[in-house]
Amino acid sequence: MEPITRFQGKVVPLPVRDIDTDQIIPARFLKTIDKDGLGKSLFCDWRYLSSGDPNPDFILNQPRAEGSTILLAGDNFGCGSSREHAPWALMGFGFRAVISTSFADIFKGNCLKNGLLPIVVDEATSAELFEAAKADENLQLTIDLESQTLTLPSGRSVEFPIDAFSKKCLLAGVDQLGYIQNLMPSIEAYEARVGDRVTTV
Amino acid sequence: MLNEYGPRYASGFEVKFAVSQPKTLFEKIWDDHVVVQEAGSPAVLYIDLHLVHEVTSPQAFQGLRDRGLRVRRPDHTQATMDHSIPTTDNRLRIIEDPIARKQVEQLRINCQEFGVPLADMGGLDQGIVHVIGPELGLTQPGMTVVCGDSHTSTHGAFGALAFGIGTTEVEHVLATQCLLQNKPKTAEVRFVGKAPAGVGAKDLILALIAQIGVGGGTGYVLEYTGEAISELSMEGRMTLCNMSIEGGARAGMIAPDDVTFEYLKGRPRAPQGADWDAAVERWRQLPSDPGAVYDKTILVDVSKLEPMITYGTNPGQGVGISQPLPDPAHLADSNQSAALKKSLAYMALEAGKPLLGQPIDVVFIGSCTNSRISDLRDAAKVLQGRKVSDKVRLMVVPGSEKVKKQAEEEGLPEIFKAAGAEWRQAGCSMCIAMNGDQLTPGQYSVSTSNRNFEGRQGKGGRTFLASPVTAAASAIEGAVADPRKYLS
Repeated sequence: MEPITRFQGKVVPLPVRDIDTDQIIPARFLKTIDKDGLGKSLFCDWRYLSSGDPNPDFILNQPRAEGSTILLAGDNFGCGSSREHAPWALMGFGFRAVISTSFADIFKGNCLKNGLLPIVVDEATSAELFEAAKADENLQLTIDLESQTLTLPSGRSVEFPIDAFSKKCLLAGVDQLGYIQNLMPSIEAYEARVGDRVTTV
Repeated sequence: MLNEYGPRYASGFEVKFAVSQPKTLFEKIWDDHVVVQEAGSPAVLYIDLHLVHEVTSPQAFQGLRDRGLRVRRPDHTQATMDHSIPTTDNRLRIIEDPIARKQVEQLRINCQEFGVPLADMGGLDQGIVHVIGPELGLTQPGMTVVCGDSHTSTHGAFGALAFGIGTTEVEHVLATQCLLQNKPKTAEVRFVGKAPAGVGAKDLILALIAQIGVGGGTGYVLEYTGEAISELSMEGRMTLCNMSIEGGARAGMIAPDDVTFEYLKGRPRAPQGADWDAAVERWRQLPSDPGAVYDKTILVDVSKLEPMITYGTNPGQGVGISQPLPDPAHLADSNQSAALKKSLAYMALEAGKPLLGQPIDVVFIGSCTNSRISDLRDAAKVLQGRKVSDKVRLMVVPGSEKVKKQAEEEGLPEIFKAAGAEWRQAGCSMCIAMNGDQLTPGQYSVSTSNRNFEGRQGKGGRTFLASPVTAAASAIEGAVADPRKYLS
């Protein structure tokens, strides 16, 4: 995983609340055994007409979406299924961060493990961002993970929460498995103490 | 913090000893499974049972391969295929979709290579992962259960801590049998009053989600309590816990009791003999202690509930079956109003009117929510001696091979077929519509599954979520119907 520190990116607004992972990546694309290649199917049923042509009304098909790396979405983004294909598809399209007033638990966890930043802002900030994105098709935001700040075009900086452990992993570009593996003696001691609660064989 | 109390013994003198602070069911299981908790890091939580299926595991096995790791505890891991497999009778001969075929074949390869037990198609153990875990007696009180599937919350019905995880976490558990978790908050969801006739577990959970919304449980583990819960069968409890995730909750759970133990006794992977007695003794300590504190409490009055049905494009958009659909114009919050308007437009429904009588095209009875034997019995009772409307396709898909066999022993398929329904092979089927079982654009279904998201049951399809009896009654009438008149 690439370390994440600070980046500036273009925003694309999707002012819809409760966007579920079935919209982000419909289930029929989950038959893949790879992580790659999902970006073209991101938001497939909103993005393409039944003919297969791009839907010109959908924002990801509009010129302003080109090169955008930050998705600004409505409340409770990523609800529903646990499919990690959702962050894989968002990243496959080129997104590096999603901003919302809240995220579903499993989706947020999946994002953090893949280097896609789930940035929670309060309602007033969200409203300000949607306004700014409406007024300026080239709206750029700066995200600084170290200081946990999002800088708006007005110059105003807002802090966003992120758990300390995920932040450390993202800044260093390391995945979380190594942390658990380093604790193997403790895991073995636990197993010796507790025994098997169930066995499948 | 410790409380002190001093019971007076028969000998007449007082002994003082410390007992720990009252704990919730969740806290007891959590504390029992924390292997390491370092400051500033999430807990390393031990996982007793890891269920695996074909859709969310291939990239995790590949990750192990890339790192040169093995599955650390295959004896705590159980795999099956359920999501992308056909439910047609010829499926053992061929899976026609080449991409699905490859995915199923990859699961076999992975299980073989890493020594993971697989309940393969054609065997009696195969089925929807959340149906077979309990059926085999793998899911037990006090355990931690995970699976790369959000409906893992189902297993909380046994007083287990069970939740869905992503594929990276599947890899973590395969490699270490542990998971990094931040401690969630707890909420008691107390169902108050007695459920009226015709109102079952599915209606209770749809009513809760309608009340709290699809994000209402985010960050919480819910414990369901109250008379209406303790009266539920294990199947009903599984239906209820299954949809915890639809309210955004991390997990849902119910304290184990005699109903739980009765269900588990004698199952292949449940403890046997003296081990069984010891286990029950242990499990009886699990229910939340009197005075245990939850982060919040949610009350749901069940005494006036009706059978529930959803009308929109998320599971929180549900109403009592005779109630009019809400009007976006009457919602103060502009975001909520816009969302409702969008949902009603997708569903092509009119605000202010009830759904009763709304024509439908397909009825689906199945899924990890409602495909167990009691669900099929309930549906068969409504359908016995009646005919499915000639405008409707009714698919009945048992949750597992064992459910299928049991239903066949009870003569249920004959009732379904005589009514004009399809009786299919076990799997997720039209709940997730990955396998060819799907709606065509614009079609309406009444479905016993768990999600009514846009396109969930097929691109452009429109889903009403309801209980098995509501689904069966609607199949007969060819339109959304109140099941209560069929339940005398």
